[in-house]
Amino acid sequence: MYTQALDSPGAEPRSPASAGEAERERRFQERIDRDEKIEPKDWMPEGYRQTLIRQIAQHAHSEIVGMLPEGNWITRAPTLRRKLVLIAKVQDEGGHGMYLYSAAETLGVSRGELIEQLLAGRAKYSSIFNYPTLTWADIGAIGWLVDGAAIMNQIPLCRCSYGPYARAMVRICKEESFHQRQGYEIMLTLARGTPAQREMAQDALNRWWWPSLMMFGPSDAESVHTAQSMRWKIKRFSNDELRQRFIDVTVPQAQFLDLAVPDPALRWDEASQHFITGPIDWSEFQTVLKGHGPCNRERLGARRAAHDAGRWVREAAAAYADKHRDRTGGGAERYAQAV
Amino acid sequence: MNEDWALYEVFIRARSGLEHKHVGSLHAADARMALEHARDTYTRRQEGVSIWVVRSSEIIASDPEEAEALFEPARDKVYRHPTFYDIPEEVKNI
Amino acid sequence: MSAAAESALGASGEDHFRYVLRLADTSLVLGQRLSEWVGHAPALEEDLALGNIALDLIGQARLLLSYAGRIEGRGREEDQLAFLRDAPEFYNVALAEQPNGDFAATIVRQALIDAWQLELYHSLTASADEPLAEIAAKALKECRYHWRFSCGWLVRLGDGTPESHVRAQEALDALWRFTEELITPDALDVRMASLAIAPPLAAVHGRWEARIAAALKEATLRQPASQHYPWHGKSGVHTEHLGHLLGEMQHLQRTYPGATW
Repeated sequence: MYTQALDSPGAEPRSPASAGEAERERRFQERIDRDEKIEPKDWMPEGYRQTLIRQIAQHAHSEIVGMLPEGNWITRAPTLRRKLVLIAKVQDEGGHGMYLYSAAETLGVSRGELIEQLLAGRAKYSSIFNYPTLTWADIGAIGWLVDGAAIMNQIPLCRCSYGPYARAMVRICKEESFHQRQGYEIMLTLARGTPAQREMAQDALNRWWWPSLMMFGPSDAESVHTAQSMRWKIKRFSNDELRQRFIDVTVPQAQFLDLAVPDPALRWDEASQHFITGPIDWSEFQTVLKGHGPCNRERLGARRAAHDAGRWVREAAAAYADKHRDRTGGGAERYAQAV
Repeated sequence: MNEDWALYEVFIRARSGLEHKHVGSLHAADARMALEHARDTYTRRQEGVSIWVVRSSEIIASDPEEAEALFEPARDKVYRHPTFYDIPEEVKNI
Repeated sequence: MSAAAESALGASGEDHFRYVLRLADTSLVLGQRLSEWVGHAPALEEDLALGNIALDLIGQARLLLSYAGRIEGRGREEDQLAFLRDAPEFYNVALAEQPNGDFAATIVRQALIDAWQLELYHSLTASADEPLAEIAAKALKECRYHWRFSCGWLVRLGDGTPESHVRAQEALDALWRFTEELITPDALDVRMASLAIAPPLAAVHGRWEARIAAALKEATLRQPASQHYPWHGKSGVHTEHLGHLLGEMQHLQRTYPGATW
């Protein structure tokens, strides 16, 4: 899961220090324009590197923090099948975080540093995960809407100019294809279930609809950095383009569920062939972004607790490895022999 | 105390008959753990039948700055490719 | 299994049903416990590893519960058995339901059960009950990996830092009292063994003990003296923890009776 809302202000491309630097930047841009991929050891402008580190790290953090709202329902999933699916999905998100941290590491920053930044509150992650999962229907709504929005954002990233990021995204998109479908399946089951289940589904749509639209980030008029990121082919479409695409595919899905999209102004516009929504309340977005959302404290608190409680474990494994470095495969290997 | 685990690169053989292919990386404290993490991370969907892991620091890579010197000289050696030679259509099995 | 095949084994339906539930419930309850870790593990890679083991265990539980439902013959399916039985009707070993505690407690609990399931399922592949033997064959492969994982961690923690050693030893000392139940046959174990549905637990006992002793030695951990309190989780008498685990797990099915999810 990911949101485009993350390409927030950061390092601007610096003015070239010398004529040689300018020439390198020119050749770099030519490679990008030819749709060549940039690989880790290739020369790249510092602004490109920093923009990528920031974006990939925020994306990775979002995956990791994103494990929490859904993880909240693993132990309470209503059937064993649903429990398996949910564990597998949350596990995928952890895996996606790993792929992304690895991609960021190719740019010369360690995963440890990036995680420190997250835990210190100095890095961003997608605000959507600061909303609570109050009922089982929220698990359906997250899969359907949040993963749906994420997929919209992520597919263009498979063509991103930076090779390791693009490759991570290809793998992630492939794995995520079941996430949205399982979410919609939950919504469908609830929408066709008892009146209480139906109400649960409607309530979840009411709470997740607007935050999902905000996942695409501020409107193009407000969005900084879009132009440079587009020139570098880190970003391929603007926030508003992607948001509109999401709305157009999602509204009919809500209609199929026979659930009401919580927007009295929503209408089909024949001329543009698009659904037009009412205005988005960006003040809420800003509030959550600034750390005052319903679960900001809980989410970071949970990550910090896991990190702190795990420190002695990571140290123990490192100490054991130091002691037994000469023994390939680890000392306990022979006790793992099959019967 | 050190709590950072080393970075490993992971190579997976998708099925017998194919070569191992680089699929990504991970962190692990030791080789055995690296294999287990590779299994749990990169073969969750039956992506492989064999795994190699190697510490990333052990990989020796060519320098992109040297790419021209390393790879350009092969460009004009077209005689290494079969299409360089003209053989009349009528001649078969060659 | 058909009624005919069942009577050929000579097992009373109730005995047979309960025995399969023992296996099912141990996997289910342990899987439920491990799933609590997902998102909170000491490293990202361990979130994935613990999640994988939870998936295996809950997958085993589904197969076994479905089979138990067929033996019972009252039309109960996996979810009815998982979500609509109360604690006294659960027959998992008490060790499985113990809380996660710190990572050392989770690993010790896991290693003790992994080694036991590995040996038990190994024997069950030769069961006279063919459907059970088939499930055991599948579970056995998973258990081999689980043991590889938990034994590896047991050794790392035991032989890691002074802190990890102390934590691992404390976990072992605290949980050892539950191992008696794994290896001591009760009347149902004996009846199942006499029908060749289950192995004599004595055989499992010896191999389990050897496995654990070797791992503890490698981990530089001291095997606690045996502590004879007769736990009877497998007869439905549990520790206080199971009721809470089930209260959480069964919440939706209990609150919305008859709903489809």
